[in-house]
Formats: sequence, structure tokens, C-alpha cells
Amino acid sequence: MSNRILVGTKKGLFDLRRTGAGWSVGTVHFLGDPVSAVLGDPQSGTLYAALALGHFGNKLWASHDDGRTWTERVAPAFPPKPEGTEDPHPWTVHSVGMLEPGGVPGRIWAGTVGGGLFRSDDHGESWILNRPLWDQPERQKWMGGGNDQASVHSICVHPANANDLVVGVSVGGAWRSRDAGATWSLIGDGLVADYMPPELQGAKEAQDPHRVVQARSNPDRLWCQHHNGIFRSDDRGTTWTRITSAKPSAFGFAVAVHPDKPDRAWFVPAVKDEKRYPVDGKLVVSRTDDAGKSFAVQTNGLPQQPAYDLVYRHALDIDGSGERLAFGSTTGGVWVSENGGERWAELPARLPPIACLRFAA
Amino acid sequence: MPKVAFTGQLQRFLPAPSMEAAGNCVRAVLDDVCRQNPRLGAYVLDEQGSLRKHVTVFVGDRQIADRLTLSDPVGPGEEVYVLQALSGG
Repeated sequence: MSNRILVGTKKGLFDLRRTGAGWSVGTVHFLGDPVSAVLGDPQSGTLYAALALGHFGNKLWASHDDGRTWTERVAPAFPPKPEGTEDPHPWTVHSVGMLEPGGVPGRIWAGTVGGGLFRSDDHGESWILNRPLWDQPERQKWMGGGNDQASVHSICVHPANANDLVVGVSVGGAWRSRDAGATWSLIGDGLVADYMPPELQGAKEAQDPHRVVQARSNPDRLWCQHHNGIFRSDDRGTTWTRITSAKPSAFGFAVAVHPDKPDRAWFVPAVKDEKRYPVDGKLVVSRTDDAGKSFAVQTNGLPQQPAYDLVYRHALDIDGSGERLAFGSTTGGVWVSENGGERWAELPARLPPIACLRFAA
Repeated sequence: MPKVAFTGQLQRFLPAPSMEAAGNCVRAVLDDVCRQNPRLGAYVLDEQGSLRKHVTVFVGDRQIADRLTLSDPVGPGEEVYVLQALSGG
């Protein structure tokens, strides 16, 4: 089990540690600055923190000594926007929302608000925009979802084949590459966008996956928390089934799947879809153990008095054991479970609003 | 040559001493800052060369009027101040 959680907040990176007495805040880095993405690279041990500075833009910092010292790296950035292009979208990275190990030594993928997917093959020393995805004609139709520009927020790297990728874009659909990003296919039959005109509700590029995750033991099994509900795929995203049995709602941002039990997945539901707070002001987690046929609502240890904690897409995580989960909220609460969510324990701290949370070694 | 001074807030992230930079308008001066110190430049301009939304620039005691093309003139002996806007924190 992982005894460490990296929490990226509006006001810094909080390094949580589990000791005999439970979880507590260890060290704090970048105090006062917004942290938009974190990663403890399991291959190299390097820690990465993406900052989204209010004045000075997005930055990337790395630590090779477990957080004792940090050095700034070149952050992902677009090439110059061509003169005369009809592309209406800016070619700027608003913030890095996702850092994901690429499955081969040195490789990291970065997904950004701004719509760019970037790749590093040198441990984050340099970054290259994935032009094949950026140059897709459908990209012109991508829209902001919550942010002004589209967000590349999920990348599922096949555990046995680092070339096989599924990417989620809000709002821009799901995409698959089988050649490490050299070519892409727009996928997503069965996803439904209720916010579009009737004839466009099935348009793949108009879909708003909020988060897409894959099961380690069966990477064909994907779970998607979509703007319009929960969807499951059994063929690596080619086709999707809408799950209608979720309680107390099917709206939310985050999803986690058990690494070895692909039928088991967790969600943090909220009132759809412009309102976005826990149903009835009670913070709950919902879990399915049967691939979405039924859901159990978990409340043990979660605030059932008025609670208006929202959990963002990167703020729920599960460790490699599949038993330990954690999530963090917009009101700075962190809850950890040691038993698949049967019981949750609140971190004895009030943190700044939480953007992302991730287990690390 | 114009002299460019930076908000002390940048010192939290990197050394940002005052520097001389060539140019007769804000665009040219900031481009020269980026040439001399790309890391510092990335805190002031985005990757398309635009002034970051919540950074503000003064030439002497004049806040620049043209944030888009940065055409405000800069005299040879003038001081350019790169500051935080009060928005965006």
C-alpha cells in the first residue's frame, strides 16, 4: 500500500504521510502558489509539480530528492501560432492539468487546459506538442468545459503496450492511438451529450468526458464519468454503455477503478450539472461492484451534516492495492479509506481548495 | 539603453535583477529580455509573445496603453517596470 499522498491545492503542494497514528501533513511545498498537477514518477522516483501562477503563467518544477530541493523545468508550451491560420483557438497553455507516466523510461505525458497534449521522453527536460492530435480537424470544434478552453485531462497508457493510448478531452471526446500518438482515432460510440441539439447528441467530438480511467488488469475496461452520466466500455473505448443505476446521482467529475477488479469503480456524485454540490448537502461516495448494475452509497466517516465539498476530476485516487483510496475537495477536506470505502477517515487538517490528489511512493 | 526592473515577487521563483535591454518600444525591450534570459521571459510573456494577462508594464511613470502589440515607445535612458497587476492573484 502507498503511505504517501501528494495533494495539489490552490495554495501549495501538501505531502501527506501515513504513520502509525494515521495520516498527517508532512512537508509543504510552493506554499501560496496554485498547484495544478502532481506526479511521483514510479520509474524514476522524480516528483513533478505543475504550478498555475495567477500572474506569471504555468510552470513545471521537479525534485530528484523526494521534495527536499526543487528545480524549475521548461514547462509544456505551444510552438508559435502560424500567421494567417483560421484556427480560432489560442495556442497557449493555460495550465497543466495532468502528468502521466508514459510506460517507458523517461516518458511523461502532459495534458493541458488549452487543449494541447505534450510528450517528454527525457524525464520532463523538454516537451513536444503532439501535433497529430492537435492537427485533427475535429479539434476546431473542441470547447471549454468549466474552463475557457478545452482540457486534455485523462490519458490511459496500456500497461502492456505503451503505444496504446486512450485520451479524454473536455470538451472534445475520447481518442485512441495505437502508435504512441503518431495517429489518432476519434472513438466513443454510445456516449451521449444531452447538452447538444438532438441530432448532435451522439457526435463523438462533442462529448464531455470529465474523467476516463482504465483497469490495470483489463485495460479494455474503461470507466468514464461524463458530463451526462457514467459510462462503461469493454472494448477500450470504441463503444460505451450508459449506466443508469447510479445513486444518488450520475453527475460528478472523478472516477477510480480497482486495479484488479474491473467491475469495481468509485464515484463522488453531485447535483447535475450547473449546480455541482453534493446531493442534499451530504458528502458520499458511490461504488459499484458489478460493472454498474448496482451501486452502494458510502457514508461512513463522511460528513452528513450540511457539506458542500465538490471533488474535482483529479482529486480521487486509488493505490496499487485497490483497498486504499483518497479524495480531496474544493473546501479543503481530505478523506482516506483503507478498505475500499467501507469506512473513511478525515485528514485532521483544513487544506486550501484541492485541485488534485495522488498516491506516490 | 533602457533599463528593465522586475517586481520583487518574481524573486520567489528565480533571480530577477534589473537588466539593460535594447529597443525603442516595449515589444522590442521585452523581446530582448527574453533573448537574454528565456526563463525570466516566460514569466512575463506567454509562448506566443503576448504579455501575460495579469502582468502590467510601466515606462517611467506611464502605464503602457497598448498591451496587445506593446508599441508604447521607450526612450534610451528610460526605465521599464514589469509589475504584477492587482488582478489575477
